[in-house]
Amino acid sequence: MSNRAVDRIEGSALPLRGDNIDTDRIIPARFLKAITFDGLGDHVFEDDRAAMPHHPFSNPAYQQARIILANDNFGSGSSREHAPQALKRWGIDACLGESFSEIFRGNALAIGLPCATASPDDIARLMDLVENTPATPLALSLSERSVTVDGQPVGIDVEDHVRDAFLTGTWDATGLLLDDFDVVRGVASRVPYIRGF
Amino acid sequence: MGKTLLQKVWDLHTVRPLSTGQTQLFIGLHLIHEVTTPQAFDMLRARGIGVAFPDRTFGTTDHIIPTLDQVRPFQDTLAEAMLSALERNCAEYDIPLWNLDSDRQGIVHVIGPELGLTQPGMTIACGDSHTSTHGALGAVAFGIGTSQVRDVLASQSLAFDPLKVRRIAVNGTLDNGVFAKDVILEIIHRLGVQGGVGHAYEYGGTAVDQMSIDERLTICNMSIEGGARVGYVNPDQTTFDYLRGRPFAPQGDAFDRAVSWWRSIASDADAEYDDVVDIAATEIEPRVTWGINPEQSVGVSQRIPGPGAAGSNGAVAEALEFMGLSGGMPIKGTKVDVAFVGSCTNSRLSDLREAARIAKGQRVASHVKALVVPGSQAVLAAAEREGLDQVFRDAGFEWRGAGCSMCLAMNPDRLEGNQMCASSSNRNFKGRQGSPTGRTLLMSPAMVAAAALAGEVADVRDIVQRRE
Ligand code: SF4
Repeated sequence: MSNRAVDRIEGSALPLRGDNIDTDRIIPARFLKAITFDGLGDHVFEDDRAAMPHHPFSNPAYQQARIILANDNFGSGSSREHAPQALKRWGIDACLGESFSEIFRGNALAIGLPCATASPDDIARLMDLVENTPATPLALSLSERSVTVDGQPVGIDVEDHVRDAFLTGTWDATGLLLDDFDVVRGVASRVPYIRGF
Repeated sequence: MGKTLLQKVWDLHTVRPLSTGQTQLFIGLHLIHEVTTPQAFDMLRARGIGVAFPDRTFGTTDHIIPTLDQVRPFQDTLAEAMLSALERNCAEYDIPLWNLDSDRQGIVHVIGPELGLTQPGMTIACGDSHTSTHGALGAVAFGIGTSQVRDVLASQSLAFDPLKVRRIAVNGTLDNGVFAKDVILEIIHRLGVQGGVGHAYEYGGTAVDQMSIDERLTICNMSIEGGARVGYVNPDQTTFDYLRGRPFAPQGDAFDRAVSWWRSIASDADAEYDDVVDIAATEIEPRVTWGINPEQSVGVSQRIPGPGAAGSNGAVAEALEFMGLSGGMPIKGTKVDVAFVGSCTNSRLSDLREAARIAKGQRVASHVKALVVPGSQAVLAAAEREGLDQVFRDAGFEWRGAGCSMCLAMNPDRLEGNQMCASSSNRNFKGRQGSPTGRTLLMSPAMVAAAALAGEVADVRDIVQRRE
């Protein structure tokens, strides 16, 4: 996996209504039983889709969507990276919601999937719009902190460091953490429980 | 101005502030298991990077292991592939692994404290959100994703956003029949599943001071259900007494030196908190969840809220519909089909003792399937030495091998159809216990035992107080 800059994500959107949509719903635990992330995209929201015939992820109108629209506390629950991995492998390239769980957002960042927030009113408006006209194109720009629909930009929020990481293609942290490895060794040598007290 | 434990540990472990506003922190202890690590090792191999500190990572297996038939290869080929991958990766990178044949194997959050790996003042990471559990001993412990597991293996460090600290003080004495589980369910109910976002929760107050480490582990375990990635209790004499003599705890003179450092790492009396919440222990009763997230709970004497109750986007109505429960009905008397005592929240020896105390000499209701799954092989052996296995078996519970089991049902233990399960675990999400339509009622292990006997949600205080 090589790092690349992420700024604009253009495409249609999928409205996923509901607060506190947890990772067990995004990808049920039985699909974690694998030693790669391959194929997870096929099982996104599998149980919810079985229970709801009109689930947006089953709706033919949204099959090309690149942006997911979510409400409050999306991705709560477990730390499984399988949740953002499954969304990304299904074809989602950005998440826009009222708020996200902290671990989900961090995991999404680590795999190059931006999570941006917008006001509940704006999310509600975008959801209505997309439900009425699923093919509506959205253009989400991290550099401009906006999502543009019908030529009208709507403000979105992304934390500074997250935005920088995407814009500079440094969202994969390994290189950054290994930059100054001597300092890591230095900390290890001063921590009492490693020195043996 | 004094500092909190979080600030002290953070400062000590800081590698460097990053231009991103985050801080690179050294990770003192890394715990791994079979579910969230195979992809991390593959990424390392693909990049040609080694493991920086193999002696600071320890592995065990817990999530996928069967609790009945543990003969290898497992019948479940996917489970077998996961455990084989962990074995291969640990062998290749010289990482110690406590496998099924080891008396140290168990749920990662049970064995860390049990072996004395978990210590005050440490930074701990594990690819599992309930890593917050380890905070019970005064560590700062983070649940992480698979890419971060890769980063810890590669660099023994991680980048974190700054955290605020909320002190939650529980003062007073808990009623007989009210447990640590009820305290944390009450906290999550009051502050909400998002209440802790951006915060570490520091638990204190006289009720927490009086708790054993096992009870503190239960509280810290569910910090994440309250939205807080980190939860901790300041180390005190109870902590030091717990650690003394454990295999990985410092020995001899080093232990005494450790204790004085551990004391110094606790929050100062004049530490400043971003927020303080006070809870009266006497107001807490045994709690039961009625919905599909852990904040949706009521006291056992209360009624299930109606669909019109506070909650956005029809959250209450959705939960009631999924659970097949009626708003306005008492939670007590809700029929259960399955009873599960286990999980990293409540599968330690003291939990099994409390459940056994209720079950002793009684019978599980005929329509209920009840199982007890100890958190580790050490817990299992200790419980058997006390004869708890016999108490459970006599009462009609199944006594199983150690692991995560029906907490998330990645092994053969699972709900079927829309069974209703009284469970001592930590999550009541839709489908969590293995059946997409299966339903979970979270409660303390003693309450699970009481529900198993009655065949419905019961008030454990009635049993405890009747016997006195
Ligand atoms: S017992 Fe449950 S919550 Fe704990 S680590 Fe295992 S699966 Fe996760």
